[in-house]
Amino acid sequence: MKWWIAFWNILVKDMRSYYLKPPNISWGLIFPLAWTGMFFIKSGSGLEGVLSMLPGVVVVSILFGTTSMLSVTVTFEKKGKSFDRLLLAPISLELLMLAKTSGAILFGAANAFIPIILAAFLTDLSQAVWSAAVPAIFLLAVTSTFLGLFIAVSVSEVFEAQTFSNFFRFPMVFLCGLFFPIERLPVFLRPLSYVLPPTYGADILQGAFGAGNALPMPIDFVLLIVFSTGLFLLSLRNIRRRWII
Amino acid sequence: MDKVSVNAISVDRLAKRFEDVQAVADASFEVLQGELFGFLGPNGAGKTTTINMLTGLARPDAGTVRISGIDCTQNPKAAQHLTGVVPDESNLYPELTGFDNLCFCAALYGMNKKKRKARARELLETFGLAQAADRKFAGYSKGMKRKLTIAAGIIHDPTILFLDEPTTGIDVASARQIRQLIADLHQAGTTILLTTHYIEEAERLCGRIAFIVQGRIVRIDTVGNLLQPIQERHVMQLAVSNPDFSLHDKLAEAFPNQIFKTLPGGLIRVEAGEPIRVGPLVRLLEEQGAEVNEARRVQPSLEDVFVKITGIEAAAMRKEKEKKGGGGL
Ligand SMILES: Nc1ncnc2c1ncn2[C@@H]1O[C@H](COP(=O)(O)OP(=O)(O)OP(=O)(O)O)[C@@H](O)[C@H]1O
Ligand SMILES: [Mg+2]
Repeated sequence: MKWWIAFWNILVKDMRSYYLKPPNISWGLIFPLAWTGMFFIKSGSGLEGVLSMLPGVVVVSILFGTTSMLSVTVTFEKKGKSFDRLLLAPISLELLMLAKTSGAILFGAANAFIPIILAAFLTDLSQAVWSAAVPAIFLLAVTSTFLGLFIAVSVSEVFEAQTFSNFFRFPMVFLCGLFFPIERLPVFLRPLSYVLPPTYGADILQGAFGAGNALPMPIDFVLLIVFSTGLFLLSLRNIRRRWII
Repeated sequence: MDKVSVNAISVDRLAKRFEDVQAVADASFEVLQGELFGFLGPNGAGKTTTINMLTGLARPDAGTVRISGIDCTQNPKAAQHLTGVVPDESNLYPELTGFDNLCFCAALYGMNKKKRKARARELLETFGLAQAADRKFAGYSKGMKRKLTIAAGIIHDPTILFLDEPTTGIDVASARQIRQLIADLHQAGTTILLTTHYIEEAERLCGRIAFIVQGRIVRIDTVGNLLQPIQERHVMQLAVSNPDFSLHDKLAEAFPNQIFKTLPGGLIRVEAGEPIRVGPLVRLLEEQGAEVNEARRVQPSLEDVFVKITGIEAAAMRKEKEKKGGGGL
């Protein structure tokens, strides 16, 4: 069995059917733009402020770019039965789900570079530590895609998937240390910040773009990897339990 | 070779329960290589659930499944490269064209690009869909969808094919075409497990048939063996224009060796173990003021066997199905 043929074609089909559609591309462009603009105006700090906003906008772009897609590529296809066709194919569930999620990972990572490219025109990015920023962006895309996957396979309806992802996304945006530094959050909210994966990605990015990171970067990376692996395995378990009934 | 490896499908004491419904109970059967095996039963009998358990879309509560000798009970993925599935509902991608759908399905089985395209074209030709190859699946008619779904199920030349109600919900001509295609696949050596609620379809296509009712297999046999006891019976049907409720009792009284049954539309069915003489019957009916328009010998069919064994009226089963989706023979 040439598994890579199946993997590649699942990815290409999703790319064509979902990610490269004009509404998604424009969403992927407009959303980060809007966030950048909003933060920029709010901060009122002029062009120097761009750099300090960058990690936040990148994280939000990834979070929204990835999680929203899984309700379509997975929950919707399950509802329409075409997902059964994938389950009938002689490829392992692990490979199948990696193929189904790699589109969202790429899409999320691509979304993250839109604000970065914009920022490059407005400010000086020469001091940025790309060797930390690029892997962090990739891992953030992986983690939030798998979070979207976990939500998508835990529900039966598309609207449920969307509702639940908002339920996770908005608190994440506010608790991951971007708007308010975590140490300034009320004490009872702080543990919550530390169980949300974007916190660690945001921390690396803040380090990479010069604002200083709270945790040592290796720990951030390890935790992101732990979160993604955990979410992926939980999702597989849910598929086996809920869909192969 | 041992016995197990000869069977394309071996199912032993398979069971599946959904909350308060026992969908499949204690089902055991074997399908030989190259056989066209029929699963015949009414709505909710457990046909689809059985196929799902054999193909890896459902997990059995109990029992074992072997496909081509491979034990798939624990690992349903183990034999998926050998099987093709045509589900009861078309499950292709609405946004892709017919051609792209087939190529995508072929890719899922690891076929390379050149082979995928050639095979997709060949099947579109075979199924009379070449004209519609570049149209989106969403815009296909019901019959076209059905045909493309079958094409997708056989794109990788499976040695064992599961067909879940392939002709339900489509017009007579398309159904006939599909039946011919199934017969051709069988001729070419593919093992086929076909579910249907059309008794005539099972009779025409299948070598052996399992009757399934409320999750239980009540009988498995060849069409010939199933028909044999009933073929020794003689059956006639009389069309009477002004029947009266008391006729049945009067006939039964006068001809105790014959079994009478009043059917809708002024029909009376007569069954006996010996040749039926029409004269005395007609005379009695006319004496009672009924007018006999027609008397016709009826060839006993699998339908009679089915009704006898399962107690389910075939016409009722058909009607219930057609409410769902039209179709017929
Ligand atoms: N996912 C499910 N959840 C709950 N009950 C189910 C599920 N799938 C099937 N059933 C029940 O199991 C029984 C068998 O259903 P199944 O679909 O196998 O019947 P079938 O013979 O294929 O019927 P049909 O001719 O209508 O397709 C039915 O009573 C059905 O309601
Ligand atoms: Mg069914």
